Amino acid sequence: MKFAVIVFPGSNCDRDMYHAVKDGLGEEVDLVWYENANLADYDAILLPGGFSYGDYLRSGAIASVSNVLNQIKLKAEAGTPVLGVCNGFQILLETGLLPGAMLRNEKLKFMCHYETLVVERDDTMFTSGYEKGQQIQIPIAHGEGNYYCDDATLEELKQNNQIVFTYKNNPNGSRFDIAGIVNKAGNVLGMMPHPERAVEDLLGSSDGLAMFQSVLQHWREMYVTTS
Amino acid sequence: MKKVKIFITLKEGVLDPQGKAVQEALQANGFPDVAETRVGKYIEMTLPDEADVALEVQRMCDKLLANPVMEEYSYTVEEGIRS
Repeated sequence: MKFAVIVFPGSNCDRDMYHAVKDGLGEEVDLVWYENANLADYDAILLPGGFSYGDYLRSGAIASVSNVLNQIKLKAEAGTPVLGVCNGFQILLETGLLPGAMLRNEKLKFMCHYETLVVERDDTMFTSGYEKGQQIQIPIAHGEGNYYCDDATLEELKQNNQIVFTYKNNPNGSRFDIAGIVNKAGNVLGMMPHPERAVEDLLGSSDGLAMFQSVLQHWREMYVTTS
Repeated sequence: MKKVKIFITLKEGVLDPQGKAVQEALQANGFPDVAETRVGKYIEMTLPDEADVALEVQRMCDKLLANPVMEEYSYTVEEGIRS
């Protein structure tokens, strides 16, 4: 399986994401500069964390109107797994691939520590390696991770079963404790916490590895025929 | 040229943690009556005289400058600006 990590000016978790796939998962992965990117040959798209375009205007806003996002939208429509973490989630919200928006953290502080996430769905291509209700330790690192959507959108998220991760102890004011959501089709996941920083016990937690393994397993079930 | 001044603020009802912090600082510094403080963005630009400002500004705001999920915008236009 071949992963693309999209690198924008200001991305800073691209190497962590690369490391998680290459060394944690053991699959093929490229760092792909956003300009003139050709995503045709990739089986999964990873939008890493950081501060694309210095968070100018709004987090993720300027990256969301770059050309590479048109390709990512087409890949997403075709069913390719797209994972946006932190700034990657903000970019997915700004493009409209996922509903809602990010506000400044309720207490205005940039927060960087482990949080306990509750796995709300274990039937997505990103979370089949977890069990529903499982609590996992994943670090957060953000100043604008306060998920906001209006009442109608929240209701829709619940109805369509799009809430994948919630915070056990909401750190930032996110509505309904939301830490991660998927699109209706289930192949675009956005989350503020960083699973790519939790793929080795040596560094504190390996609870994020199952996410990458889930994506790989899904891909194998879809495309690899065994005789 | 036309000079366009665009003001973007969080929608009413959307929590504005920055506005709240600014308000509390003002109240603690001798302005106890300050209420409903909102922090927003101000963007200015020029467009050619023949531009359809209403249409262009609306498209710019919807596409990039404002996020309709949480923000709203207004603008003013000054005509006949010399470059």
